Amino acid sequence: MLTNYIPVLVMILVGVAFGVFSVVVSSNLGPLRRFKVKKEPYECGMKTQGATYVQTPIKYYVVALLFLVFDLECVFMYPWAVHYKKLGLFGFVEMMVFIAILFVCYLYVWKKGALEWE
Amino acid sequence: MIEFVTILLVKTLVVFGVSMLIVAYSTWFERKVLGHVQLRHGPMRVGFHGLLQPIADGIKGFFKEELVPENADKPVFILAPIISIAAALSLLVVIPFGDSVTIMGKEITLYLADLDIGILYVLGISTIGSYGCMLGGWSSGNKYGVLGGLRASAQMISYELPMALAVIGVVMVSGTLSLVGIVNAQAGLWNIVAQPLAFVIFIICGLAELNRTPFDMPEAEAELACGYNVEYSSMKFALFFMAEYAHMFVFAAMVTTLFLGGWHGPFLPGVVWFFIKTFAMIFFCIWERSTFPRCRYDQVMKLGWKVLLPAGFLNIFLTGLWMLVFSG
Repeated sequence: MLTNYIPVLVMILVGVAFGVFSVVVSSNLGPLRRFKVKKEPYECGMKTQGATYVQTPIKYYVVALLFLVFDLECVFMYPWAVHYKKLGLFGFVEMMVFIAILFVCYLYVWKKGALEWE
Repeated sequence: MIEFVTILLVKTLVVFGVSMLIVAYSTWFERKVLGHVQLRHGPMRVGFHGLLQPIADGIKGFFKEELVPENADKPVFILAPIISIAAALSLLVVIPFGDSVTIMGKEITLYLADLDIGILYVLGISTIGSYGCMLGGWSSGNKYGVLGGLRASAQMISYELPMALAVIGVVMVSGTLSLVGIVNAQAGLWNIVAQPLAFVIFIICGLAELNRTPFDMPEAEAELACGYNVEYSSMKFALFFMAEYAHMFVFAAMVTTLFLGGWHGPFLPGVVWFFIKTFAMIFFCIWERSTFPRCRYDQVMKLGWKVLLPAGFLNIFLTGLWMLVFSG
């Protein structure tokens, strides 16, 4: 069965090789005319103002956490979905109970305002 | 053994070459279609109707000066485009281009690997591509880059969820995770008929994951000056660009595989049908780019979390109920 994964490995190697080849070749072929101003961060031609790394809004962390919760739920559902035809009514009721519990959590998250992006 | 290795290498090279050609020419196709939508001609100068334009662009990419900004994190800055392109190219392995054909008395399958977790592989690896955007934006030491990278990662993981939920409906109908199995299960009835809601959710999420126009927050030209790849130049920029178009090709191929019946179709050989459907989807991606204006970021997040996620749950519920009632 593992022979199935050999092409995956070969393709990843091809991808990495292509990327490294392009980067190395282009950095050797291109011209090299460097001076101070050119290496400053681009800001539409103006002098750079303020710090680059400002505080990240808390929203992004909340989204990441919510993603973890619901993505785990999806992972649980995949094996169930593959065998759904065999499980029949039992499988349907079981999964709907699971989804209902998580849906209550989802409504709680919504009510708490974690999904608002003012 | 030698035969196995030869076939594998030849197939890998053919898939790589064909995909690179498609990637190059979908840039030409996009510029041409956008041009004609706006009553322009698009590229016309290089070759007949600009047909050599992608090749000229590629050569130009190699000969441009390479810039690394002063306060960039150099190793990560160089690594990010390589991650992007490697992730995008390794997705090509599982695409089922067609059924098997017989060449010189040997049966050869027109896909590189038929993994039994094919669709999970696609969902997983396509998310690795967002590391490329995020690391690229973060390491370039530019405000626009950092913002673009942050937006890209938040948007991609938000739309990953409804996409996975939509795919669950397809898996329920087909009873397998293998892409070849899913195509075979559609011999009679295409999944677009059996799973219309999942189809709509999948397309919207796909466009959001590709950062295409109604959802192109990470690279909003007007506010972020191109976002995560603002500091990139020469071939490193081209690698990001190629990764984006390779993702678009994979997305079109996935819609074809999951919903449009893959290689199934009357009269013509399977591979031809696969490419007809895939190019129709690529055209759709370009068409909607020229039609819709950009959403605001809060609207994008609202659509993902408050509309598409419940719709994904609803689709699983309806599919379950439907299969229970009609197949006994």
